[in-house]
Amino acid sequence: MTFVRRRALRGGLSLGALTLLTGCDLSDHDAVQRVLARFSEWNDKVQAALFSRQRLAPTFPEARAVKDFRYNAWYGPEKAPRLNPADYRLQLAGRIDNKRPWTVDELYALPQVSQVTRHVCVEGWSMIGKWSGTPLRTFLERIGADTTARYVGFECADGYYEGIDMPTALHPQTLMAFRLSDEILPTKYGYPFKIRIPTKLGFKNPKFVTAIYVTDKQPRGYWTDRGYNWFSGI
Amino acid sequence: MTPIRDEQLHPLSRRILHWVMALSILIMIGSGWRIYNASPIFGFLRFPEWATLGGDGEASLARHGDPGVATAIAWHFAAMWTLAIAYILFLIWGIATGHFRRDFLPVGPTAVVRDMIAALRLRLEHRLGQYNAVQKAAYWGALAAVAVMILSGIAIWKPVQTYPLELLFGGFQGARVVHFLVMAGIVFFLVVHVTLTLLVPRTLLAMVVGRATELRHTVTSEHAP
Repeated sequence: MTFVRRRALRGGLSLGALTLLTGCDLSDHDAVQRVLARFSEWNDKVQAALFSRQRLAPTFPEARAVKDFRYNAWYGPEKAPRLNPADYRLQLAGRIDNKRPWTVDELYALPQVSQVTRHVCVEGWSMIGKWSGTPLRTFLERIGADTTARYVGFECADGYYEGIDMPTALHPQTLMAFRLSDEILPTKYGYPFKIRIPTKLGFKNPKFVTAIYVTDKQPRGYWTDRGYNWFSGI
Repeated sequence: MTPIRDEQLHPLSRRILHWVMALSILIMIGSGWRIYNASPIFGFLRFPEWATLGGDGEASLARHGDPGVATAIAWHFAAMWTLAIAYILFLIWGIATGHFRRDFLPVGPTAVVRDMIAALRLRLEHRLGQYNAVQKAAYWGALAAVAVMILSGIAIWKPVQTYPLELLFGGFQGARVVHFLVMAGIVFFLVVHVTLTLLVPRTLLAMVVGRATELRHTVTSEHAP
């Protein structure tokens, strides 16, 4: 190897290291974003394969459930949508037999279970809470949803939107949560209900749900549209 | 007396795995710092954005309310594969070819302390192609550190599917702390490793082109290899 080639190699290596270390990084280049997106799709597949339909998220003694749960959204709690139970109707769409809209009273009359599980945020913080509500599976069966479809999607009153894979939708701990700490879900936490999924990161737990649809087309997600991984299982 | 030429050889497989791991670790550190900033473990510690990986955070925040954490996570969850694969291949390769046994062993506490004291007194001679006890211990330490990073990383990535793995680290938040502290250890290793490389640039040459030689210093040393 010639001296010039050696110098070029060493120069190239230190340039690469320097680029990384100075933060003048390549992240915003389209080609880099495409490669990262490819890895993210691969990670979706790995996570779907790792996901166990039977394995339950760890549950905790009720004493460890936080009463004053952390508020989290891209807007302040005063801007949380106030849904009026008199007007509220949960809309159903897609591969569902009975698409009749549901009122809050009808939803709250569904059979309910409680869970004390841990909410894990993509940022790294975590918090244990007590949620009560109907297993999403029970509701999907009741409305005649085609559970052989691949995805369940959600639309929310605050402009949020999310979607999950069917195995997660049918997981016994995936709830339509009507209560937090035994109280009707307060406005800022997503009244009249949120989807509580202890096997997913926090942002896959949509609040203020106004529509549920069943589909084979992968639903988009508010944060996944902003570059976060789609499956985001934990 | 004929002068002796010391020689350092790095076969191509070792060099490729070394540089894949090096680049992956730099990506993991840079993106990890951006992710850390989103929810700092220690209130007093935040990493300056220029030192992190994840693109222009301000622009990203203005565009869609995310300070480049999404991109940092994408980097982190891409480089974890290249790092884990290169690391596992390196372990298999290092054991199978005898590289670990030949170059990193034997190493005992007495030798490490002896060479550490010699190094601090600037009395430790560097002989190209031979590792002193401190270097050997440092390489074992770096290998162990990456193993702990992978395990604690899995506990953070999949706390439900791999439960009770997190209990090994004192729970989910404990795993985050371990992941952070061992990262600090790896950064320390990198600083020393790169500094020493710059002091003896031929070692870098060997890791790039595969071979470097050096006339053995004539200085007599109390330290016998």
